[in-house]
Amino acid sequence: MSSSTLSEGRKQFIVDGVTQDCRADGRRCIDFRRFQIETGIVSNTNGSARLRQYGTDVLVGIKAEIGQPKQERSNTGHLEFYVDCSSYNTTEIDGHIGDFTTQLTKSLERIYDSENVLDLKSLTIIAGEQVWVLYIDAVVLECCGNLLDCISIAVKAALYNTRIPGVSVNDEEGVLELEISDDPNDEKKLSIDKVPVIVSCNKIGHRYVVDATQEEECCSSGRLLIAVNDRNNICSLQKSGTGSLDPSTIFEMIETARQAAVPLNQELLQTLKREERSNNDKCGFFAN
Amino acid sequence: MEIISPEGLRIDGRRPEEIRRFNCRLGVLSRADGSAYLEQGNTKALASINGPHQAGDKAKIKHDRVHINFQYSMATFSTNERRNRPKGDKRSIDISQLMREIFQSAILTDLYPKSQIDIHVQILQADGGNYSACINAATLALMDAGVPMKDFICSCTASLVDSKTIIDVNNSEELHFSNPLLTLAILPTSEEIILCQMKSRLHADHLEDILKAGIKGCKDIYEIMHREVLNHVREAAAVMNAT
Repeated sequence: MSSSTLSEGRKQFIVDGVTQDCRADGRRCIDFRRFQIETGIVSNTNGSARLRQYGTDVLVGIKAEIGQPKQERSNTGHLEFYVDCSSYNTTEIDGHIGDFTTQLTKSLERIYDSENVLDLKSLTIIAGEQVWVLYIDAVVLECCGNLLDCISIAVKAALYNTRIPGVSVNDEEGVLELEISDDPNDEKKLSIDKVPVIVSCNKIGHRYVVDATQEEECCSSGRLLIAVNDRNNICSLQKSGTGSLDPSTIFEMIETARQAAVPLNQELLQTLKREERSNNDKCGFFAN
Repeated sequence: MEIISPEGLRIDGRRPEEIRRFNCRLGVLSRADGSAYLEQGNTKALASINGPHQAGDKAKIKHDRVHINFQYSMATFSTNERRNRPKGDKRSIDISQLMREIFQSAILTDLYPKSQIDIHVQILQADGGNYSACINAATLALMDAGVPMKDFICSCTASLVDSKTIIDVNNSEELHFSNPLLTLAILPTSEEIILCQMKSRLHADHLEDILKAGIKGCKDIYEIMHREVLNHVREAAAVMNAT
C-alpha cells in the first residue's frame, strides 16, 4: 500500500490513536499481534515452519546439503537465505518486486552474519573441505505489513525444528568417504538460544510502534529494524524506509524494541516447546 | 525396485487403480479473491486468484474476452534436490503457458471483456503429479473466487507398468523413465478431454486402457472436489444466514 492511498483523515486518526497508546485494532504501542506457528509441515525439508499473523502468511523451509566452505571461513558451515515473494498478494509493494526480495534476503543475512548467532562450527564435517550448508528459503504466501519481523520469527522456529543427520567420515587409504546416517536418533539439533528475532520499530507522531500494520507503516516517519535475542541483546540494527531519526530517538526506539521483544521471544520458545512435546498430527493448511 | 509387488500392491501400499489421499480446502488465504490448498498424497499445492480486474498491461487487453494470467512456481525447498529459483525456468514457463490454454477453454471468458484474471499456483512440496495438483488447485481456487466456468477441470496421471495400468503416479514411480506417463485433465460432466500429455513410448493397443484408467481417476478426484466445494458453499451460506 503506498502512502497516497490513505486519506489524510485516516492518517490523522491513526497518529492520534498512537499518541494515546490505543491503536486502531486496540493494541498498545508495544504489543505484537497474536501469531500462530506450526513447525515440521513440509516433510522433505530438514526443518520447516509456517507463521500466520492476521493477513501475513510465511512458510520457511530449511534444507541441509553438504558443500564446500566459504573461502574466508573455511572451518565453519554457512547459511544461504532466499526469500520468494512471487505471490500476487504482495503487489502492494512499491517498486520492483525483485529488488524488494533481495532487500529482505540481505536483511536476514545481516543478522545471521556473526559467530554469536548460530554455532556454525557444529556444521563442519571435515574442516576446510566439507561442511553443511543450510539453505533457508522463505515463501511469502500473503503479506499485510510487518513482513520482515514475521519472516525472522518463522526462520527462528524453522531452525528450532531443523534436524541435521549424523555423518561419519571413513578414511579408506587416504580417501575420505562420507556416510550419512539415516537413523533418526543420530540427528543433531541446532541451538537457537542466541538467535534473534527482528523487531521493526516505527516512529508515528512522537511515539514508537512495533508490529505496525500496513496502514500504520504509511504513517511512519522513520523505521528502525532491531534484532533482539533471548537474552535481550541487540544483534543487528538497521535504519530503513524514508525519513530521518535523531540519535536520542534511536536509543528510545531500541528500548521500545527490547521491551517488546521479551514477551515475543518467550512466547515463541514456549509455543515451540509445547508443540514439540505434543505429538498431535500436523494440521498445516487445514487449520482454521 | 518393483513398482507393483507380487501381491499386486504399489510401493506406497495402494492398489493399481487407487488415487492417493486427497485433501483440499477452499479459502485458505484472506487477502486473495479466491484461494485453495490441496494435498494429493505428499504433493502440496496452494492456488490463489486475483480478479477479474482491470488489465494491468494495456497490450494484453482483449476486447472480447478476459486475459488469463497464469503463474506457476515451485518453492525452492519443494523438491528433494533444492531448486535454485522458484520460477522463470523453462519448465515453469511451459506449464504456465499450458495452464493458460486449459483454463481459457473452461472459464466463460467472454463475460469479462477487457479484464484480467490472475491465477497463481505454488507447489509447496512435490511428490509426483505436479501438473495435476496444479490444475486441481487452480480449479478449486476459481470456484472459491466465484469465476463462472463451464465445469470443473479435474486432472489425474496414469501409467502402464508390466501391462497393468496405475493411476495418480507418485514421484518414485515417475522416476522410472521407461514407463509412459500420461497427464490427463477432463471436464467431468461431459468427459471431454482438455489436457492430454504423454511422455515415453506406449503401444497403441494400450492407449485406450490407460486413457480409461486416467478418466476414472479424474472422476474419483471430481467426487472429492465437488463434495468439498458444496461443503464450502454450505458453510458460507450458514455464516451469511447467521448474521
